[in-house]
Amino acid sequence: MKKSVVFGALTVAGLAAGAAAAGTLDDVKARGKLNCGVTTGLVGFAAPDANGEWKGFDVGVCRAVAGAVLGDPTAVEFVPTTGKTRFTALASGEIDMLARNTTWTFSRDVDLKFTFVGVNYYDGQGFMVPKELGVSSAKELDGATVCIQTGTTTELNLADFFRSNNISYEPVPIETNAEAQQQYLAGACDVYTTDASGLAATRATFEDPSAHVLLPEIISKEPLGPLVRHGDDNWGDVVRWSLNALITAEELGVTSANIAEMAAGTNNPEVNRLLGTEGTLGEMLGLDAAWAKNAIMAGGNYGELFESNIGEATPIGLARGLNAQWTDGGLIYSPPFR
Amino acid sequence: MSDMSFVRTEMLPEKEPPANSVGVIGWARANLFDGVVNSALTLLSLAFIYYVLSGLLPWVFQSVWNASSLTECREIMEATWASTHGHACWAVINDRWLQLLYGFYPPYPATPDVVFGATEGALPAYFRPNLAFVLLLLAIAPVLFTKVPRQLLIVTAAYPFLMPWLMWGGSIWGPLMAAAGFGIGYLAYRILAPIAGELVAIIAAIAVPVIWWLFLAGSVAAGLESVISISIPEVESRKFGGFMLSILIGVVAIGASLPIGIFLALGRQSDLMILKALCVGFIEFIRGVPLITLLFVASVLLNIFLPPGTEFDIILRVLIMVTLFAAAYMAEVIRGGLAALPKGQYEGADSLGLNYWQAQRLIIMPQALKISIPGIVSTFIGIFKDTTLVSIIGLLDPLGLSNAIRADSAWNGIYWELFAFIAFLFFIFCFGMSRYSMYLERKLHTGHK
Amino acid sequence: MTTLTDPPKESFRLSMLIYDTRYRSLTIQAVAMIGFMLLAAWLINNTMVNLNTLGKQPEFGFLMEPASYDINQRLLEYSSRDTHLRASFLGLLNTLLVALLGCITATIIGVFVGVLRLSKNWIVAKIMTVYVEMFRNVPVLLWIVLAMAILIESLPAPRAFRGETPSATMNLFDTVAVTNRGVYVPEPLFSNSLGNIHLFGTSSMRFDISLDLMLILAVVVASIFGIRAVNAQAKRIQESTGDRPNTLWKNLAIFFVPLIVVLYALGFHLGYPALKGFNFQGGTHLRNSLIALWLALSLYTAAFIAEIVRGGIMAISHGQTEAANALGLRPGKTMRLVILPQALRVIIPPMISNYLNLTKNSSLAIAVGYMDITGTLGGITMNQTGRELECVLMLMACYLIISLSISAVMNWYNNRVKLVER
Repeated sequence: MKKSVVFGALTVAGLAAGAAAAGTLDDVKARGKLNCGVTTGLVGFAAPDANGEWKGFDVGVCRAVAGAVLGDPTAVEFVPTTGKTRFTALASGEIDMLARNTTWTFSRDVDLKFTFVGVNYYDGQGFMVPKELGVSSAKELDGATVCIQTGTTTELNLADFFRSNNISYEPVPIETNAEAQQQYLAGACDVYTTDASGLAATRATFEDPSAHVLLPEIISKEPLGPLVRHGDDNWGDVVRWSLNALITAEELGVTSANIAEMAAGTNNPEVNRLLGTEGTLGEMLGLDAAWAKNAIMAGGNYGELFESNIGEATPIGLARGLNAQWTDGGLIYSPPFR
Repeated sequence: MSDMSFVRTEMLPEKEPPANSVGVIGWARANLFDGVVNSALTLLSLAFIYYVLSGLLPWVFQSVWNASSLTECREIMEATWASTHGHACWAVINDRWLQLLYGFYPPYPATPDVVFGATEGALPAYFRPNLAFVLLLLAIAPVLFTKVPRQLLIVTAAYPFLMPWLMWGGSIWGPLMAAAGFGIGYLAYRILAPIAGELVAIIAAIAVPVIWWLFLAGSVAAGLESVISISIPEVESRKFGGFMLSILIGVVAIGASLPIGIFLALGRQSDLMILKALCVGFIEFIRGVPLITLLFVASVLLNIFLPPGTEFDIILRVLIMVTLFAAAYMAEVIRGGLAALPKGQYEGADSLGLNYWQAQRLIIMPQALKISIPGIVSTFIGIFKDTTLVSIIGLLDPLGLSNAIRADSAWNGIYWELFAFIAFLFFIFCFGMSRYSMYLERKLHTGHK
Repeated sequence: MTTLTDPPKESFRLSMLIYDTRYRSLTIQAVAMIGFMLLAAWLINNTMVNLNTLGKQPEFGFLMEPASYDINQRLLEYSSRDTHLRASFLGLLNTLLVALLGCITATIIGVFVGVLRLSKNWIVAKIMTVYVEMFRNVPVLLWIVLAMAILIESLPAPRAFRGETPSATMNLFDTVAVTNRGVYVPEPLFSNSLGNIHLFGTSSMRFDISLDLMLILAVVVASIFGIRAVNAQAKRIQESTGDRPNTLWKNLAIFFVPLIVVLYALGFHLGYPALKGFNFQGGTHLRNSLIALWLALSLYTAAFIAEIVRGGIMAISHGQTEAANALGLRPGKTMRLVILPQALRVIIPPMISNYLNLTKNSSLAIAVGYMDITGTLGGITMNQTGRELECVLMLMACYLIISLSISAVMNWYNNRVKLVER
């Protein structure tokens, strides 16, 4: 275990090389805490509340993994990362997993050497404009000033979109959502573009949400999901199947309300396998039999996480859309627990 | 002769000066309406002040203090003043001010919760950081003010070991053993100096503590801890945030950079060419690049430069880089102090037959450091202000926290209030320190004239 | 009888390396050098090992790949298909632009405030004190963010200029539009343009030099030489006859006539900004991000410069002022002709470090989305390519070169001022 000891003015840190060769799973278990990278703050996805408790949809994924591995959803250290620091933090081992609405792209997967374990939110880049501009399509935005958040795939998509449609625009790159929002409301930009979920969340907090419209064009695919380092497949499996457990739980109707009852044993063998009353799935992962149960108890199944953090009952008010279960016509689909 | 006299014998009572040259009017005439240009300037200034205050004061004082979200704030404003503009929503500060001050530092760090026979919950909230701050004031008081009793210097000496223990927690043996290293070094010097000669003793005095710190201190501390356990709950540096983090970075960077800065300054002054080149290279390199690039190094590169598997958390990495940054500036400040000493001091030391280190220790440094204190204080102010840059690499200093707070859906959309509060606190701190530095400059000035 | 004996020939013993002061310095230096080299080797070795594990060999090939992002504020032409190197180069130019503008305005404001702080007018002096203390004691990052916020909130959006009864109008006879997207000012255009010279072909460093500007510059320089010749002539006459001929009209003619002729020949006219579509089109667009950064940096640095100037002025003994007064100079002239030139000697060295600070602080541009080199090379490029080591090293190298050049130039100037003094 890596331990840094602060020796007064000298600040000598324990230089003993940690068990770098050991798997991340063992590290996490030995540490008793999961280090999970999140954003420095994004409405609905991750933000600390007044007591310093992190809340949000991405945070829920971290807690589920902590529940699965350590049996304690509060055993998570949330490491706020920026667009710049997130990948280095993961690559250097500072964090065990990254759940920071990160788009799964080829180069991040292959060139930067990360493993995306799945998708917890299917997003796409959209545009928001004030209603009074009377714009109904992104193609009418010739010459417009566009606010974008930097450090994401957004600016690349935007450049490609305007270039391929051969229309001009003026990009205003902005570091944080809060500033982008402020500039947009003051009219310093005509259009605000970011992930559609972010747009909806932002619009929901406006004084007059109805004065702004989201344009129909979604110009990119943004599958957002948690990721881990390349080369530690065992740990990758743990995170992947923790996420899948949440998804499967929703599909099978296992919720945080009825889980105690179902964990006693049901007629559905897949539920039994999932909750560890049948088979040895937990053991195969190197976890205890109740791992999936703990993961689901952390914050509920996928649907519950969605509804309590970003769903229609919250101020953010996102519809399930693409993120509905495949049985409801969405894209959320987990491989079977077998 | 009669008593007639042409000279008045009794004094006339003093007359009041003309009404327009004393009192408010006189003062105003002399200072405000002295000529056409000045009068115009005065009127212009008054108009400017009125313009600024008439916008600012209603915003600051006609404000909402109690609300749980921005929406609620707006509703209250709408109900009270029939407009949501021109009124501050200080409720966000009311809700989050502890977070802005302490970050996520737990008010009552738990497990083991028994300290000195009392549960930590019985102590006031944020007892540890507050105590560390009070001790900081006690520790620097004897350095800054000559009238303070000298006995307080003990606190100053103990502070570098006490502060980390209070802030990070854990066993007291760690810091104690770290402090013991200095004692061991001194012992090694005293024992070896008569037997093996000065030089061997000096080398031993450096080598033995280093060996102690690197290889022995940890296990000895662990051993002692298992025998007599004195420990307080540990707090990870990730929990640090807000103004506490800014102050911590500033204090640690200045404290740790002082010795490094002294050596760099001496190296830059020295006749040894290679040594001088190395010091100049380091100083100019650090001073030539912006702090933000060094913070990029801390956040993305430092782990690459260190042996595989070494892991500092981000706050320690930032502390290291900011210390290096401060050391270069400190070296320049101290070099200024050295240059300001009259040459006679060096020659006097030489003529007494003192060698280089004795002369530095006994004659040069005490005086040079004293002259440098205003410079050191302003370096500290600079570093303290620059700590806001850590928000760019994702640390939750006040600015970083303001962003995190606005990401809470309750406060999304709030803007000026947070910045105003942060600016106000920074202003109070820095203004206080710069006043002190000016007071000191005046004092030193008269001393030398 | 005396016998001359050679002093015993010293044999070199190893211990002399330490105890003999002649050799000790060599020993210390050798040890320091070895220590430094070991440290460097250790760091480089660690880096190599770590990069190997990460599978990222340091290489700079990524600089030649298309950047795929757009830059709004650009001094040279650029499109998202240009390389990362080109984007970085534009960022560097932007850094230099804001640093240069900032240094100039900071100096002007700083000198102005520094002098006014010593004003006899109580209220003016107090306002200046408040300004200085406010700016010096609040972090520059906050000022940059606040400046941007103030510009955005207080200025009208372009859509406010639209409609039958617009709530905002253009200033200065409809030539300048001040909006919260920036300021649009008229741009110089040439209808008989001579064209451009393209330098460096199609490489990433390519740039165009406008022949029109070069011609105008040449004419102006020639005029200045002409004026100097005229003045020298006048001085000669003055020295020989005692009468100085009036050269004002001659000088004005020499300066303006060729310039106007050239401008006319080039077909000089102004392009005015006009509201078209979403934005103002035409004219030169000074973006808000640039203005906010420029404003915040100059005001912040000016507060420090004001203190330096005040200190410099106060360092000049009061006798100088009194002597100037005795000669009958007015306060303004006393300041300009007597005090400031002397104070300059005290002022310049700390001024240099403030210029350096301003340049380095311009790296905070990312807070307002101004695409300087930290925003391009150290921002989006680093983000998108994942080449942290290479990007950060290049970034540091750029700043180091800028800083060292500024110090070199300013030191040279400082030495010149010093020589004049003697």
